[in-house]
Amino acid sequence: MELINIEGTPKTPTITMNAESGVIDIKGRSIPENSIEFYKPIVDWLEEYAKTPASKTVVNVQLEYFNTSSSKCILDVFKKLEVLKKNNNDVIINWYYEEDDEDMLEAGEDYESIIKVPFKMIQIVD
Amino acid sequence: MSVFLDQCYEHMNKGEVIVAYKGTIGADIITNTLSLVELKLEDIDVQNAVKKKLYNILVESLQNLYHHVDVPLNNGKSDDCKSNFGIFILSKLDDAFRISTGNFIHHDRIPVIKGKIDKINSLSEEELKEFYKFVLNNQKFSEKGGGGLGLIDMARKSGNKLDYKFFKYSDDFEFFNLTVVINAPSNLN
Repeated sequence: MELINIEGTPKTPTITMNAESGVIDIKGRSIPENSIEFYKPIVDWLEEYAKTPASKTVVNVQLEYFNTSSSKCILDVFKKLEVLKKNNNDVIINWYYEEDDEDMLEAGEDYESIIKVPFKMIQIVD
Repeated sequence: MSVFLDQCYEHMNKGEVIVAYKGTIGADIITNTLSLVELKLEDIDVQNAVKKKLYNILVESLQNLYHHVDVPLNNGKSDDCKSNFGIFILSKLDDAFRISTGNFIHHDRIPVIKGKIDKINSLSEEELKEFYKFVLNNQKFSEKGGGGLGLIDMARKSGNKLDYKFFKYSDDFEFFNLTVVINAPSNLN
């Protein structure tokens, strides 16, 4: 499968997706006006990936900011991972948040309560 | 600018202005405003957590405006009628920041907007969290790309009630003003 490597912008995150290693990184800011367009290739990639996934899928989400439009798309991404997990694959979501950013921690906990995939909340300490 | 909009602006304008804008709302204006505000916040002495909250809520406010300003107002009454017109003001109060946005809306939409904000304002912190999760998980995107979560998120992150006012402009249109306050206790040194 093709490697996905999207460079970040002031409004969109850096995304790398490696089907071979099973590691997916989403990092930076996600505040585009139209996030559906931005996230479509990512959701499509995951759908394809789910057919022959790596033995373990590790998703690292390290966002500084995300808007509510992105929050729906991130949920769509997580729903694809939920399907993967349901098919007896090993999946984990590492949700990073800065020490003083309670809103980001809470956002991670919101997803954790909706999505049936193990989450690990990781505090970033400067 | 018309007397009507001057009055709306005066109502919205409180505290010490950090950024204020009146005119066409487009993606570029939002992008530029966000970088400008980020730069200005560097010089303001408040906790990082407050700056983050403020930035987050500002993104939602401006994008909310962006998604809802395109009401056709071509009834030829005056220059106000240009579509995509909006106002936003970010200001600093003694121990808070204040974000006020305004745009024209068709009279018919008032009950829906009012109902939505009143509902949000009636919820406790815990209820707001549950409502957010419900909408996140159950509601489809609107045509404009809004997820219906913006207002809930603004109320939740600010921890304050959303303040709104409608100014009657014509038989068909009103100017909708939404204000959210973000508490910012002074840094204790």
